[in-house]
Amino acid sequence: MTDTMLEVTGLSVRFRTDAGTVPAVNEVSFTLARGETLALVGESGSGKSVTSLAVMRLLPPPPGCDVRGQVRLAGTQELLALPEPVMREIRGSRIAMVFQEPMTSLNPVLPIGEQIAEPLRYHRGIPRAAASKEATRLLERVGIPEPGKRLASYPHQLSGGMRQRVMIAIALACDPDVLIADEPTTALDVTVQAQILELLKDLQARTGMAMLFITHNLGVVAEVADRVMVMYAGRVVEQAPARTLFHAPRMPYTRGLLQSVPRMVPLEALGAPLAAIPGNVPDPANLPYGCAFAPRCAHMRPDPCEAALPALDPVAPDHLVRCARWQDLAA
Amino acid sequence: MATTPSPILSVHALRKEFALRRRLPLGPRDTVKAVDDISFFVVEGEVLGLVGESGSGKTTVGRTVLRLMEPTGGTIRFRGRDITHLSRHALRPVRSDMQLVFQDPFASLNPRMTIGRIVETPLLVHRPKLAAAERRELVADALRLVGLAPEFAARYPHEFSGGQRQRVGIARALILRPGFLVADEPVSALDVSIQAQVVNLLRELRAELGLSILFIAHDLAVVGHISDRVAVMYLGKLVELAPTRTLFRTPRHPYTEALLSAAPEPDPDRRRARIVLAGDPPSAVNPPSGCRFRTRCRYAEPACAEAIPPLNEVAPGHFSACRRPELVLQGAG
Repeated sequence: MTDTMLEVTGLSVRFRTDAGTVPAVNEVSFTLARGETLALVGESGSGKSVTSLAVMRLLPPPPGCDVRGQVRLAGTQELLALPEPVMREIRGSRIAMVFQEPMTSLNPVLPIGEQIAEPLRYHRGIPRAAASKEATRLLERVGIPEPGKRLASYPHQLSGGMRQRVMIAIALACDPDVLIADEPTTALDVTVQAQILELLKDLQARTGMAMLFITHNLGVVAEVADRVMVMYAGRVVEQAPARTLFHAPRMPYTRGLLQSVPRMVPLEALGAPLAAIPGNVPDPANLPYGCAFAPRCAHMRPDPCEAALPALDPVAPDHLVRCARWQDLAA
Repeated sequence: MATTPSPILSVHALRKEFALRRRLPLGPRDTVKAVDDISFFVVEGEVLGLVGESGSGKTTVGRTVLRLMEPTGGTIRFRGRDITHLSRHALRPVRSDMQLVFQDPFASLNPRMTIGRIVETPLLVHRPKLAAAERRELVADALRLVGLAPEFAARYPHEFSGGQRQRVGIARALILRPGFLVADEPVSALDVSIQAQVVNLLRELRAELGLSILFIAHDLAVVGHISDRVAVMYLGKLVELAPTRTLFRTPRHPYTEALLSAAPEPDPDRRRARIVLAGDPPSAVNPPSGCRFRTRCRYAEPACAEAIPPLNEVAPGHFSACRRPELVLQGAG
């Protein structure tokens, strides 16, 4: 892919706990091009948030946490090898992040104007007055009415949707090449979610930033993603362009996930039982041997599914699937 | 409203206000009208969905009809009996017939109690004379009913996943075999694949036990899969109520239209022109005059500010509180 902004290769994260070493993320690789949105989908415990935190270098240091692999941001060295002071220059300026819960990720005792100006002053060395002016412009850009007046507001004076707009303004302050959005709309009401998704798409169209969008909501994925990567139990199990993933998924887990989403269309389906995936997500400290999804999979055969970990095979050049039986299962 | 097949629950002009702190000592207290004059009924064996965004008052409705919160005004009739002002003592036998399933399966189970203890607690309260062996038998039945092995009774909540814990919460609610259940966002804390399991379980239980359910949720699609009728709330008011498919196909209130439009569908080919509502819901402390939705409504006219539109029957069984019934609104699909 041309114009690669972010390239992650063989990323693995292990946590050391009292119960032993827990592999949270295993051998995750992906690229992200300019202006592209890659959605990272998975249920709780799939490793999607840990992946994003590892890319941002926001995980605790060793020995509690062991991160392997390579993260390359266009025009920089490998991020995982950088000394922390250098990483601080990059974090928030070249690659930024928006978190799920805007109440806990904003500082409750600082006016929002200062919080938006902070990255500008830190990364760009812009003087206070000019940074404040720029903060007004940023607030306007994320659709906050009366931005000049709002600079002095504290987070608790804003609604959830407004707080998330402030978070986005902070993330975009230094025009990052890559934005990581970790469940940015999960805590919001649907009508406000729709506003924030529109805003992110609009900002991306204007700035050309690449977006890694982490979510468990397949409706949101369909709305924003160019490509989709599905994770299960710490591994990528399927990766494809969005249309392919929604219309021709090959991994039984992806299919199950898509079928279990309650839909409003067609109306005739309303009131029909949902196609649930039986069982539960496996405990990451105690993963089954072979395919981690095998115990819940309707197509499971002891051989090959429980014999070895299936490889991430290319179904097409841009479509990868981790299923030992994908060739046997009809498309 | 018409009283067709006998309602198990009927609510008339229900109001619930919360007093806020005085801004000045001895000054006037502001009140939040969390639930403002709403009426509805739940027919025996029916699932009524109650949808709204945060702050709409849907949870307060659920708590108030169970008398877990005292209503400020209005009447609540359960199985034909006015329970609005029953004393705690008189309410006790009624309580065993109406139970609540909570949203958060992590916070609603006591981590120090075994599953068996959690599930049997309602029996200890309502049937204290029951022998221990009989209680154990009933606990085992309740666990089987929700798809859990009776052996789980000896284990603790932390040993279970979110979906299994929610099953425990449902077993606890059902052990007294109530006729009526309030399920307050029972699946919104769960993963998608697990959410479907729990929705299906509630559907089966409803059919098997003839349960009537008030199913409270913010997700219209989830509500659509379990409810016979759906009621939509906005800022303490009921704005629309209709049979499920009717509501989805031909919404008659602009807020319902916007909710249907805002819900993202899992299909990239269906990225449609959304009706994106401007702004946030206004504060319930100081709601707009007239129609409370008018400040975000794309069809609002000056007259909408004048009076609160009543919930009118716009088609048989279809109620809407919009003063512009002529509007042709867009449904799902």
